[in-house]
Amino acid sequence: MSDNYCREILETDGLSIGYKQKRDEDLCLLSDLNLTVRRGELVCLLGPNGSGKSTLMRTIAGLQAPLKGKTLVEKMPIRERNFGEIARLLSIVLTERLQVGNLSVYHIVSLGRHPYTSWMGRLSEKDESMIKWALEQVGLWKYANKFINQLSDGERQRVMIAKALAQDTPLIMLDEPTAHLDLPNRVEIMRLLRNLAKETDKAILLSTHELDLALQAADVIWLMSKNKDIKIGAPEDLVLSGSIEDTFKNKSFNFDRKSGNFIMNYQKKQKIQLVGNDVMGFWTQRALSREGYQVTCEKTGHCSIHLIEDRMEWEIHNNGNITNCKNIQDLLLNLNTNL
Amino acid sequence: MQNKTKIILFVGLFVLIALFLVVDLVLGSVSIPSEKILAILMGEDVKASWNYIILNFRLPKAITAILVGAGLSVSGLMMQTLFRNPLAGPYVLGISSGASLGVALMVMASVLLPGVFGAVYSFLGSWALVVSAIAGASIIFVIIGMASIRISDSVSLLIIGIMFGSITGAVVNILQYFSDPEQLQSFIVWTFGSLSGVTWNEMHLMAPVVVLGLLMSFVLIKPLDALLLGENYARGVGISVNRTRIWVIISTALVAGTLTAFTGPIAFIGVAVPHMARAIFGTASHKVLLPAVVLIGAALMLVCDILSQVPGNQTTLPINSVTAIFGGPVVIWVIVRSRSVKASFS
Repeated sequence: MSDNYCREILETDGLSIGYKQKRDEDLCLLSDLNLTVRRGELVCLLGPNGSGKSTLMRTIAGLQAPLKGKTLVEKMPIRERNFGEIARLLSIVLTERLQVGNLSVYHIVSLGRHPYTSWMGRLSEKDESMIKWALEQVGLWKYANKFINQLSDGERQRVMIAKALAQDTPLIMLDEPTAHLDLPNRVEIMRLLRNLAKETDKAILLSTHELDLALQAADVIWLMSKNKDIKIGAPEDLVLSGSIEDTFKNKSFNFDRKSGNFIMNYQKKQKIQLVGNDVMGFWTQRALSREGYQVTCEKTGHCSIHLIEDRMEWEIHNNGNITNCKNIQDLLLNLNTNL
Repeated sequence: MQNKTKIILFVGLFVLIALFLVVDLVLGSVSIPSEKILAILMGEDVKASWNYIILNFRLPKAITAILVGAGLSVSGLMMQTLFRNPLAGPYVLGISSGASLGVALMVMASVLLPGVFGAVYSFLGSWALVVSAIAGASIIFVIIGMASIRISDSVSLLIIGIMFGSITGAVVNILQYFSDPEQLQSFIVWTFGSLSGVTWNEMHLMAPVVVLGLLMSFVLIKPLDALLLGENYARGVGISVNRTRIWVIISTALVAGTLTAFTGPIAFIGVAVPHMARAIFGTASHKVLLPAVVLIGAALMLVCDILSQVPGNQTTLPINSVTAIFGGPVVIWVIVRSRSVKASFS
């Protein structure tokens, strides 16, 4: 390993973030942060709205002045650099949709080469091969000559990731990159980012609301919550220590440590027995809890539900009366009218 | 669009400009055969009065038309990109309002303060209007420039520009209310716009300043392209948005301020031509759009100048009306056909 190869791409040194105010004391959101992102790491910044995610991202990117401390990318302090130099150290991808339509995908990705081109913006052979490589990485080389408004939202976001790749920076920062996307595209973007971190050895830092995706894709999670210290760790550590549960605690739902999902709290009505298990049992149970039943496998009261797995049918046993149901919707309808 | 198509379009525009230039020189109240015009341009002495008309009247007017068309269109394009607003134009920051306030003061305030303004007026002579317009535009430019250093978002700057327009407009109204019909008329004639008022003497000042402003805008192609992605992305690829904004404002003020001073406020061209260029070339890239608006603006302005000379008649229509009456339908047609506004400012 050579001397100038550093494992830590991003370091914050006693960083305090917040807003300077003219009259009152400074509004400090978080203080004394010593954060690191290493080479090849995908770090997800999680936290509820208003916890200061954007402020932290903006401060790290040098767009906002820290109250104290500094951000270093490859040991270089960001705030002492001008925009052109920062653009060679970190690239950004934002939530906002592009407002321009009649630009080609190739042209947009070529803007990522701005820090390296002359004032004329003429692309060298190296620039062009970087642009091609970046578009291939996100699987959009075939769309290079298309206009950006001919692409779907997921593809547009991949174009912006390609722009960040073309910028050839050790650190890529993404501000809620999956915010406008549907589930398949969200999964696809996270998978792509994880692969990119591993294959290109870049450090990738992204803020997101997607708890489940972050738990699956991130190497490290930075967990922010209002008026509390930031918590750092592997996703699994944060789940086991109960930090995630604490942060997202709410009256109307719970974080279930076993499944890694949020469970909505419904008003509990009555107990009901469910006979049968496996996949069909799992989904039947979910439907019943949504309706407010407390599902058990022991005998309780006079009502029980039996699964006929080979026929995919449900039977309601109520005081010796048996009602047959073809699907779960039917089952719930019957339960609501009969009980 | 293929590069080949673009090159053909550019060549076509050059040919059109050359054609319109010839027509513009040929047409006029005195008919001069076109082969004689070529001879006059080559420096031959054909006939003293013809020589005078071509060299000292029609040629500077045609050059002015080209400069106005190119300059105002480029300023409009830069303002539309900077403010991400399809309605922005060269005058959106109040440059023309400043100029008209200067002219109004010069023309009309001599009634209110006869001693001072009368002396200034007679001292400046034919340059009086130009100097007062430049002074008015410069004051507004300095105020907007200082505001742009303090205020970092473009929308607020746009609103401030519009407010200045309203304030100066109100002051001009008050001046009009108190002035004599005669002075009122000479102010209103100035607001009609005119390409024929520029003599060679004045051209020596106007042309270099406008060309300098245009050259500055070509240096701004790279940051302007980055601004298409929005200000945050532009910063992200290493563009200093504030510095770009200030240079754009300086270049616009130079070009639009100078042109307005010499020709009066010529509306419409600056807003319309960038949309035509986007529709014709189908791109938002400034590397293509900037030369395109220069050529389209020059061609359109030459056409307007040709149309403003009522055939077989001594009178010419006010250029400001001609640009809107004949250019308006063209732009509406282009926009309806290509929907390029939506693609550029969605």
